[in-house]
Amino acid sequence: MRLLTHNMLSSNIKGVTNGFPLRIEVEKAIEKQVDFNPDFLKNMFPKIDWKALLDASRTMGYAELPDETPDSSMLDSDEFLRKFHHALLELHLEEGALVCPETGRKFPVNKGIPNMLLHEDEV
Amino acid sequence: MREMIHFSFSFLGSNNMSLRTAQIRLVSSHPEVYEPCDDSFALVDALLADRINLLEHRPMLCMEVGCGSGYVITSLALMLEQEVPWAHYIATDINPRAVEVTRKTLEAHGVCAELINTDIASGLEKRLAGLVDVMVVNPPYVPTPEDEVGREGIASAWAGGENGRSVIDKILPIADKLLSKTGWLYLVTLTTNDPSQICLQMREKGYAARIVVQRSTEEENLHIIKFWRDFDIQMEAKETVPVNKTAPVGVMDTLLSQVHRLSLWISGNNSSN
Repeated sequence: MRLLTHNMLSSNIKGVTNGFPLRIEVEKAIEKQVDFNPDFLKNMFPKIDWKALLDASRTMGYAELPDETPDSSMLDSDEFLRKFHHALLELHLEEGALVCPETGRKFPVNKGIPNMLLHEDEV
Repeated sequence: MREMIHFSFSFLGSNNMSLRTAQIRLVSSHPEVYEPCDDSFALVDALLADRINLLEHRPMLCMEVGCGSGYVITSLALMLEQEVPWAHYIATDINPRAVEVTRKTLEAHGVCAELINTDIASGLEKRLAGLVDVMVVNPPYVPTPEDEVGREGIASAWAGGENGRSVIDKILPIADKLLSKTGWLYLVTLTTNDPSQICLQMREKGYAARIVVQRSTEEENLHIIKFWRDFDIQMEAKETVPVNKTAPVGVMDTLLSQVHRLSLWISGNNSSN
């Protein structure tokens, strides 16, 4: 699971109002190289919750992203875009869990696939 | 029928590598996962038939709901690979075995998609809203008793409840929510699902529709319908208070004439192979 996907996932448990972002528990993180595409990154940037990406990337052991939400002028910086690219697309949570910030319910991630299926009493 | 369709595509593939689709011998399988069948082939045919438009569309995010064996999402990734290398793919399935099989199918073809084991798009609806440029859905469309819908395992791949519409009717509003302003939806339907009523329902949400492929097999009559947001229809949907639910003049005629034309086109195409 890429951090782009993490940035798009919320806790889907019935009644949860504040289900984003899911906290990451890492058992195994891996890196997979992806072709660098500045246009994709520039288009995606406004949709990304920066704080969620920042915290997720740090949990995954990558500390290069800036603390403050970058303004769009940063998108002209190749150096910034490469870091953004790496965090968003190349860091993968292979084994671990996503934790609902409100209830603490854990959604397991196995072989890079998050299991968001709910139990009957959570739907 | 299945062999013939398969043959026609290996034929296309040998002529032009950019028309590659997933290869059956590389598609992974599991007893509890739906194998690629006529409906899957028809959907991939529709995507191939619309490939030039897809390339011009330059999608950033493509999504498949109910990926099963992974045949369709893998084929989509392969056919866009050269021209739209940045496209990002997300595939979901309610069946844990299916996402696992899809992972293997993708790997065997050297393409990537993000996989999520979830019901339709549960967990993605909030943050992915308005971001999906292309959505492909081969839903469970077989009419079954309502209590068979959503059962575990392979039944989730076909059990569609009354008129096969239970899951389709759940997917449509979610698709509407997730699709971007210029987003497209490709949906597999059966005549029993009442595709013209589905088109009308989508029209009320502001979507135009076109039948991309129509195919009759021994058991079923399949339509692959493409939906896209149409500005004029959106205005119409906003302005008109739905007094009666009959089709606006011309909608059905247009759809039916498309079916006729496409049947001719498809039969002509098959005979040339």
